[in-house]
Amino acid sequence: MVYASSSAKRFSDSASETLPLLAYLIFAVALMLTDHRMNLGIQARAQLSVLIEPVWWLASLPSRMWSGVDDELATRQALQDRNERLARELQIVNARMQRMSAITDENQRLRDLLNATRNGNMQVQMVSILDVDLNPYQQRIVLNAGAYQGVKVGQAIMDAGGILGQVIEVSNNKSTALLVTDADHAIPVQVARSGFRSIAFGTGEPNRLVISDIPQSADIRKGDLLVTSGMGGRFPAGFPVAVIESLNADETGLFMVGRAKPAARLDRGLEVLLVNEIIPNPAPAPVSAPEIKAAPVVIDTAGKTDAAQKTGAGEKPATDNATPAKSDKP
Amino acid sequence: MIRQSSSVMRTVTLLAGVLFQIIPLPSGLDLARPYLLALFLCYWCLETPEKTGLGTAFIYGLLSDLFSSGLLGEQALRLVIMAFLVSRFRARLRFFPLWQQALAIFALLLNDRLIMSLLHWLVNDSALSWVAWLSPVLGMLLWPWLFVAIDMLRLRARERS
Repeated sequence: MVYASSSAKRFSDSASETLPLLAYLIFAVALMLTDHRMNLGIQARAQLSVLIEPVWWLASLPSRMWSGVDDELATRQALQDRNERLARELQIVNARMQRMSAITDENQRLRDLLNATRNGNMQVQMVSILDVDLNPYQQRIVLNAGAYQGVKVGQAIMDAGGILGQVIEVSNNKSTALLVTDADHAIPVQVARSGFRSIAFGTGEPNRLVISDIPQSADIRKGDLLVTSGMGGRFPAGFPVAVIESLNADETGLFMVGRAKPAARLDRGLEVLLVNEIIPNPAPAPVSAPEIKAAPVVIDTAGKTDAAQKTGAGEKPATDNATPAKSDKP
Repeated sequence: MIRQSSSVMRTVTLLAGVLFQIIPLPSGLDLARPYLLALFLCYWCLETPEKTGLGTAFIYGLLSDLFSSGLLGEQALRLVIMAFLVSRFRARLRFFPLWQQALAIFALLLNDRLIMSLLHWLVNDSALSWVAWLSPVLGMLLWPWLFVAIDMLRLRARERS
């Protein structure tokens, strides 16, 4: 606090200055409290999307121009190299898919024998990330699709590496997603090897998740892959979330705390997959979703894509880089 | 006419400051992003105090909160405090030589970071990383250039009219 001088004249002078200051401070604090408790910000941003979307678009302009220039200046040799590398990667992934599809077929047969529930189809949509730096203390990204493109609050997003986060705000043409690493985020997970279930919390750091309160007896080790358990129904089951990096005893000494590195490879300018709801019956796969602009791609959890889907997907071979859901129960 | 061009420039620079808060920087560097909005606000508080007060600070802070998807009211609070301090010490700050002014701006920005870390600690007890404390230093280094640049632009606008 600042106090200038203590003479009476100065005092009345400063009172006329400090009163508005106090009023503004109280107003700001009240705003912060309502936002913190009742998510005023989300509603305000949804209402003012007409104002906010062009500003976001403007802010992402420099990096888009830069990437445009970068593409123009790329040499023929570099492009050929990249093309070759991608073709090779595609072949490897395809071979892996073939093997995977045989295994999932077998799995499905066994499930049928056991009368277990079938895995549904999952509909995904490719969405690009808008290159805007939001508040650096929150782990959030802006997606280049909104309510007009069929995005809804609560949809899971993922990339080639694994689960990335979920959509929390949707405006007309943009939406904001909370990453799994945000301090406000928690995701139900399961150790892929042993089936041990827990919840992974974000920390606010870009490369760290925390799993707390692990019982000493739990079957979990360094290097274990954590996959979504499907509990809560928000995230589809069986997708990679993180890899355990270290396990330590917590302060009480009764439980362990695990630190994990997220599996998703969040890179700027990449496209992410937006998971639509899981369709319970795989047989009549909904091909047409006319109101959705970006062509939706249906991934059959059996690993095969319908011929109709391939044509529907257009030029994006998105079905190939999404890992098919593994069986969610060992 | 002079007044008009000056107020246009004020709006433009402040909006540019808001925009700069969300322009993508290389990752890692975004924590050390200089707080241009605060620098512009300081400039206009020093130069046109009758037009730039706590209200201006509050409005632009709120705008920045809205766009950067932060806690609504956080930057508004920080900028109001900054505008208050600048207007309080305006008489002295105005006649400082530029380098001394830059030091004062550094103190103001540092104070702003302290308030920010306090707010963060209250909301979700996450400490600021050390990179975040580079931001006031960058702000201090930028201040003389910004000050001279805006002064020159204003002078030219005045000559033209």
